[in-house]
Amino acid sequence: MSYKFDESQPIYLQLIEIFKTNIANGTWKAGEKIDSVRNLALDFAVNPNTVQRALVELENIGLAYSQRTSGRFITQNQELTRNLKHEMAENKTRDFVKQMQAIDIEQKAILDLVQRCLSLEE
Amino acid sequence: MSTIKINNLCKNYGKLQAINNLSLELNSGQIVGLVGPNGSGKSSLLRILGAFDMAYSGEVLINGFKPGLESRKIVSFLPDKPYISENLRAEQIIELYDGFFSDFNKEKAFKMLELFKLKPEQKLIEMSKGMGEKVQVLLTMSRDAEIFILDEPISGVDPASRKIILRSMIEGFSEDALMVVSTHLLNDIENIIDSVIFLDSGQIKIQGSTDDLREQYGKSINELFEQIFQ
Repeated sequence: MSYKFDESQPIYLQLIEIFKTNIANGTWKAGEKIDSVRNLALDFAVNPNTVQRALVELENIGLAYSQRTSGRFITQNQELTRNLKHEMAENKTRDFVKQMQAIDIEQKAILDLVQRCLSLEE
Repeated sequence: MSTIKINNLCKNYGKLQAINNLSLELNSGQIVGLVGPNGSGKSSLLRILGAFDMAYSGEVLINGFKPGLESRKIVSFLPDKPYISENLRAEQIIELYDGFFSDFNKEKAFKMLELFKLKPEQKLIEMSKGMGEKVQVLLTMSRDAEIFILDEPISGVDPASRKIILRSMIEGFSEDALMVVSTHLLNDIENIIDSVIFLDSGQIKIQGSTDDLREQYGKSINELFEQIFQ
């Protein structure tokens, strides 16, 4: 795996976003064991402590949990992962709307644009 | 648990002051980047830590030992200049290291030799400069040492080999290990290091966690370096 980080921002925050995305889109499934810190560090070519920090944060917000002997797992709490998905979608949409407003696009035009892009996708 | 403690370290070459009253404490469980312009004292500092240079003033302690015979057992040091005999074949040098260091991992060395696409029977003298540097790096990285002191491990090799070396740094890393690595290729290494030390005229200009510095300045470590030393 090769991932391009924005090095002007803390790497651990970007790792948290990647991990959240993995959970939201099901790449990392509920109850599944998370790969070891070392392997993740190798995959993303980053410092192992940075990976550790991101995983601890994932635990703090309830998306992962540690079992003393067997390692770290994705939460089985489906409500949490659903909420995560909604929260991420809402944040991204809010950013998008802000960007549109910044270049003075009206509400109706934004909706039209979204619809057109969606139809292009199909 | 490994520690490096440096108190009021000074190093002179005649009238030239390479290290100027430097104090520093580093604990295991991290990879530390040491950067600075040419002549800022990086190699001088690392040679002292690697017990290649005993002519300094001030206090240097590695796990409580002054750099010397004892510290060499736990410190794997990659110096800035090659020091092994050029008439030996790669495989002979590996055997030599295996006999010399009890923490040497011969299997790892031959694996890295293969990754680097080097021939075991080739003599160092027959190798290109970059190939020779790879041999030095693989010898250093193949010790299961507590402390790694690496002076420019990636600067002399091609990008593919850089990746192999950076991988071996992540693989060789543990909570009990301490790695100090100097480089001028911050772009390649800044995601691998925990913290960075900016050295200028033999003194520490900035020291801090890489992610904290990114947060504080809104810049990559490489951009911060360019800004400070422009």
